[in-house]
Amino acid sequence: MSDVVIRVEGLGKKFKIGSSQPYHRLSEVFVGLGQAALRFPGSLLGCRSIDRTEDLQDNSPAAQGEFWALKDINFEVKQGEVVGVIGRNGAGKSTLLKILSRITEPTEGRFGIKGRVASLLEVGTGFHPELTGRENVFLSGSLLGMSKFEIKRKFDEIIDFAGTEKFLDTPVKRYSSGMQVRLGFAIAAHLEPEILIVDEVLAVGDAEFQKKCLGKMGEVSQSGRTVLFVSHNLAAVRTLCTSGVLLSKGTIQATGRAIDCLTQYSQMNQATCPKDFYRLKKPKGVQVTSLRYYQSSTQVAEDSITCGESLTIAITCERLSQDESSIGLVASIAVKDHEQTPLLLMHSRMTGDNLTATSHQFSIDLSIPRLPLRPGRYFLTISLMDKMSNLLDSITEGPYFDVIDGPHYVSCELPPRSHALLAIDHEWSLHQEASKCLN
Amino acid sequence: MTVQAIDEQADQPMRYYGPRSAWQWVDFAELWRFRELIFTFALRDLKIRYRQTLVGAAWAVLQPVMTMLIFGILFQMLRSKPTSSDLPYAITSLCGLIPWQLFASSITASTTSLVANQNILQKVYFPRMVLPLSTLIPTLVDFTIALSVLLILMPVYHVPYSWNMLALPLIVILLLLVSLSVSLWLSALNAIYRDVQYIVPFLLQTGMFVSPVVYEMDAAVPEKWRWLYSLNPMAGILELFRWSLLGLPAPSPSSLVVSMGATFILLLGGAVYFRRMERFFSDRI
Repeated sequence: MSDVVIRVEGLGKKFKIGSSQPYHRLSEVFVGLGQAALRFPGSLLGCRSIDRTEDLQDNSPAAQGEFWALKDINFEVKQGEVVGVIGRNGAGKSTLLKILSRITEPTEGRFGIKGRVASLLEVGTGFHPELTGRENVFLSGSLLGMSKFEIKRKFDEIIDFAGTEKFLDTPVKRYSSGMQVRLGFAIAAHLEPEILIVDEVLAVGDAEFQKKCLGKMGEVSQSGRTVLFVSHNLAAVRTLCTSGVLLSKGTIQATGRAIDCLTQYSQMNQATCPKDFYRLKKPKGVQVTSLRYYQSSTQVAEDSITCGESLTIAITCERLSQDESSIGLVASIAVKDHEQTPLLLMHSRMTGDNLTATSHQFSIDLSIPRLPLRPGRYFLTISLMDKMSNLLDSITEGPYFDVIDGPHYVSCELPPRSHALLAIDHEWSLHQEASKCLN
Repeated sequence: MTVQAIDEQADQPMRYYGPRSAWQWVDFAELWRFRELIFTFALRDLKIRYRQTLVGAAWAVLQPVMTMLIFGILFQMLRSKPTSSDLPYAITSLCGLIPWQLFASSITASTTSLVANQNILQKVYFPRMVLPLSTLIPTLVDFTIALSVLLILMPVYHVPYSWNMLALPLIVILLLLVSLSVSLWLSALNAIYRDVQYIVPFLLQTGMFVSPVVYEMDAAVPEKWRWLYSLNPMAGILELFRWSLLGLPAPSPSSLVVSMGATFILLLGGAVYFRRMERFFSDRI
């Protein structure tokens, strides 16, 4: 069976960034009228900046404020294939899935789909907190395309998989977040579409649950259904996917075997350029130009850093003057998590490492033997000082990287976030003591 | 060759999707396939609506009754008579207020329906018209409750039932179409411009005074302005309600034609506009 079930032809999606040109003429007329009549322009401004610029970090948009999130995308998916869509943040992965799920329309090109599609872009789609577990199964199920009859037939199975039968008639708002996720995934797992589109659903929940989901995904793919799967979990892509689509800046970099796409992905020469507004207004003498991440001496993308492996952060710096005299530097990197909790501070004055630059361009490398961070997103603050502790350049909480699950410990298990923020090297042992008997 | 042909037949054909043209008519076949979802959304809204309220569905009756009392007292104080029939004010005003309630609450609910469900809009595909359509059902339930109370009250006030009542289902359908036509416009507009949801309460308040809700058209509107007044689709419908329930004289055919024509244009325009804007909902909401 080598039927093509998804065919994408010249697909492109354009976003407008904060433009004020008339886009919806008819409504613009309404607003114009309203504006004139009410003399209340303030609230109208709210409708301008809706377009999502956040995701689109890499491209400097054209002056007209247009941005192609996807451009000239062509590929085919055959029946039974499990396709991993990979790429950095903002490469257009989510936009692609949204177009294929028909949530948003392409600007150009077209795509063909054969068979029933279910798209799973979040866990617990449409859950309403006031409704009970039972009611939400029906709500979410029918949103995902199941008929009432189908849900009724599979209801017991779903509840069984989620393990929430005791709370069937409790409003979901009283569920723990873990229970909500389990129930949501249980519904999704019992969909029987011919084509399943999944977006990073696995990024939620604890490690154990993620494993359960991965197992279910494997089952789905073995049952001959076609799966399109976006994930940052490269290990999952490696084990589950037969083929891959590698996106970069809205265009296809590679298609074909998943392994080849993954290899090419890790080889993509990447450097994070800190956004200008995060840095110190006027760097003195030296400025940070880019960041690179290396794990076991290969460069890795900032969204797929493996927990528990060695990590080297290379800070590329440049002198502002042509001066090439030797200069003694002190560097520091502070790491915070997404809740602004300070986690780590690595400072060359503390370690006493001597950093002396003699060339115009140089790179300061920070090596962490075993990355103690759990999977998640981490924000960096980078500071560069001279020996007298005068600040030369700093980048505040601008750059971030995403840590993915890795074999930190032998068991591959990590402490849950509620118990620990870091996972450090440690050993346990038991020593026998000579017993003190009474006689 | 033959085998392949059979295979082709057994398989669904590949369906292609690309950028849609701006002018699209409603895809009724697709809406029909998603009919279950309309009811699922309606059921959800019904369940949530009166949760954590003390009197629950009694609100469906309390709201029109309280409005009736307020206007009854107001007209009493002003010593004016807003009706031309000799029917008790309670009955004739409720007969306007209950359909108006359906109109007003479905407009309020549907205007925000797309925005309130934006999480869902950005995660699943379904014809977006499902959302404003589904808001009609809970208000229809309220309407039915309130209408039954009115039917019980009529003998209490010695108002006889009329045979015209048989036409009531048809009139209710007209009322739903009027509500839907306005809903389509406002929900689509509100998805892009949130201003709409702030204007709607004001519009509804104005609408209540330019429609024969708390008064009868014959008693309040001068003859020569009737044609203009009839452009408001709710005017014809409310008069039809009084004709059907209370046996009052039917609105003139000419004003009915104007009303229906206005509704028809509003509905067509609303459907086309909604389909036009539908393409941008998930990007711009």
